[in-house]
Amino acid sequence: MSSDQELLECYIKMVNIRVFEEKVASEYPLGEMRTPTHLGIGQEAVAVGVLSQREPTDVIFSHHRCHNHFLAAGGSTYSLFCELLGRVDGCSGGRGGSVHLVDRSVNFLGTSPILTQAVAFAAGAAFAFNFRKQQRAAIVFFGDAAFEEGTMWETFNFSVLHKLPVLFVCENNLYSTESSLEKRVPFNTSFTEKSRAFGIFASTCDGNDVEEVSKHSRNAFEHIKSGYGPYLLECLTYRTREHVGPNFDYDFQRNYRSKEEIQKWMTKCPIINSGEILMKVYGFTKTQLLSINRRASEEIECAFNLAKKSPFPSLESHFDHLYGL
Amino acid sequence: MTQTFTRKITYAQAISEATCLIMEADPNVVLMGIGMDYSSGVFGTTSEAFNKFGTERVIDTPAMENALTGIAIGSATVGIKPILVHARNDFMFLALDQLLNVCAKWNYMFNGNAGSLPIINRAVIGRGWGQGATHSQSIQSILAHFPGLRVVMPSNPADAKGMLLSAWKSFDPIVILEHRSLFEIEGQVDDGIAFSDLVSAKVVKEGSDLTIVATSICVHESLLIALELETLGISIEVVDLRSIQPIDCITVLDSVKKTGRLLIYDTSWVNFGVGAEIAATVAENDGMIMKTPIVRIGQLGVPAPVSKPLEDQHYPSSRSVFDIIEKMMSRNITSTKTIPSITKGFQGPY
Repeated sequence: MSSDQELLECYIKMVNIRVFEEKVASEYPLGEMRTPTHLGIGQEAVAVGVLSQREPTDVIFSHHRCHNHFLAAGGSTYSLFCELLGRVDGCSGGRGGSVHLVDRSVNFLGTSPILTQAVAFAAGAAFAFNFRKQQRAAIVFFGDAAFEEGTMWETFNFSVLHKLPVLFVCENNLYSTESSLEKRVPFNTSFTEKSRAFGIFASTCDGNDVEEVSKHSRNAFEHIKSGYGPYLLECLTYRTREHVGPNFDYDFQRNYRSKEEIQKWMTKCPIINSGEILMKVYGFTKTQLLSINRRASEEIECAFNLAKKSPFPSLESHFDHLYGL
Repeated sequence: MTQTFTRKITYAQAISEATCLIMEADPNVVLMGIGMDYSSGVFGTTSEAFNKFGTERVIDTPAMENALTGIAIGSATVGIKPILVHARNDFMFLALDQLLNVCAKWNYMFNGNAGSLPIINRAVIGRGWGQGATHSQSIQSILAHFPGLRVVMPSNPADAKGMLLSAWKSFDPIVILEHRSLFEIEGQVDDGIAFSDLVSAKVVKEGSDLTIVATSICVHESLLIALELETLGISIEVVDLRSIQPIDCITVLDSVKKTGRLLIYDTSWVNFGVGAEIAATVAENDGMIMKTPIVRIGQLGVPAPVSKPLEDQHYPSSRSVFDIIEKMMSRNITSTKTIPSITKGFQGPY
């Protein structure tokens, strides 16, 4: 990352996303957000770092843990709150819920919760860009378990065959629901090596270090837009909350991962770490950073209160958009 | 003003002609699937397009049914209109995650904000010559179960062309189920861009004693049976269902109100099938109009066997249909005529 300003921008975005997700976590138990929600707390640096390097014409797809990507792409907190509350001003009119987000005005073209669906969408958009000879890329975020489904490899094969301009971003957070990597892939499995065997350029980075994610992404976009075909970026990261819902696993005595492990990863928080760099390397003060937090909290609070005033969809609209024509 | 004229072409030629017309008119259309560029061109339906538009727009893909459907979805989000071709609809089971979980729901679940996915899926139903359990299924009722998808079964060359053209103009994802045994049949088809609607059933022969509602190739067999029975004084009305989703129950009900007898003949198994949907609709509307119980026929309830005597028995014969109608009409049908199956001489290519 070249400048303090770029890191500051990433920091502000990560704080906004974190405050948003924590607001969701605190409101969720009240039962008004009736939609299974996969919080992205702890993984913000991936979304923010990757998307800090995209051109506005590049398009984005994502999976079930998609709030980070939606917000990092420029999707509005108001329309996301409305969506979670099932209100008409939701980005999907309140019909899609937490895992079906879209905002075409920022080229965030859709999300889909079944693991590899969106991986193929991105290759499809990239195919269209090649077909029209446009200098654009498609970006897709997915989890490590996507490597377990066949569609992943079908898509990889086709993407390399047609040299598609697509950036595959794997958020490797070590767990699929409550199943650890050790249970799902043989010891010493490397997703980048597997991908390279398909002819995909691949690299791994610390997904909790927004500067490193940005650096790798910049290289990846350069590769893609030079016409060399797809790129896989594996970002090693961690979700601190439960798979779906607002709680910590240890609140429910779930034993698939230890409290110590979770707390160890919380010290590797991407926001705390980039805050430290902003202060130590770039001379920002604690007060400046705190004011960023305060502003984020105020904005999020305001968006949430506004969202609660958005009406529910009318009952007459139940059949709308089933068929176009 | 351009003058349209009608001439006789085959079902396969009609599909090919529609494909080329669409691709000439719309630079966003691409044709994708296995075997697109073979000289045989999916039974002659894609080779002309390949010769005209080349490898950029007619793409022979690896065997990747589910990813390909997802790729079609992604391309459609940025304005491409893909036509996907499956040489057998049985191969589409691999694509159902993307087709049913995503494609059918996209427009609705994003409240229209993610756009629609006007993806055309052509898929071919097989029958006969030992094609067997995994190459002779007929998956319309599975597909039609899911709101948001359109499912049609053109039974003649004019519809094969016109429905494909209408699918191109539609905003919805659609599956067009073509029957392999229809590809060589000929029929009158309008020249140029000539649409057929994607919704309505059509009475293809009027009659007063009994209604046969049929799909795809069964329409032809029903017509031959109806013509034979006409000579014996039994007046059969034949309804070509054409669209499975949405299903045109009004045309069916109108016919049944007139005849009071209903036989449903579908290309697939009877259980949970198209016939069950139609019979339920008739019962829900006014079951009392029926003079006799509704009868459903189709493939016997087993995977299609290869061995010839079993395969012959697997599909309704004209004799078995005469027997059913005899019962429904409470009169003897003395015809000894055996109407040869349309698929009888079929020896491939598959």
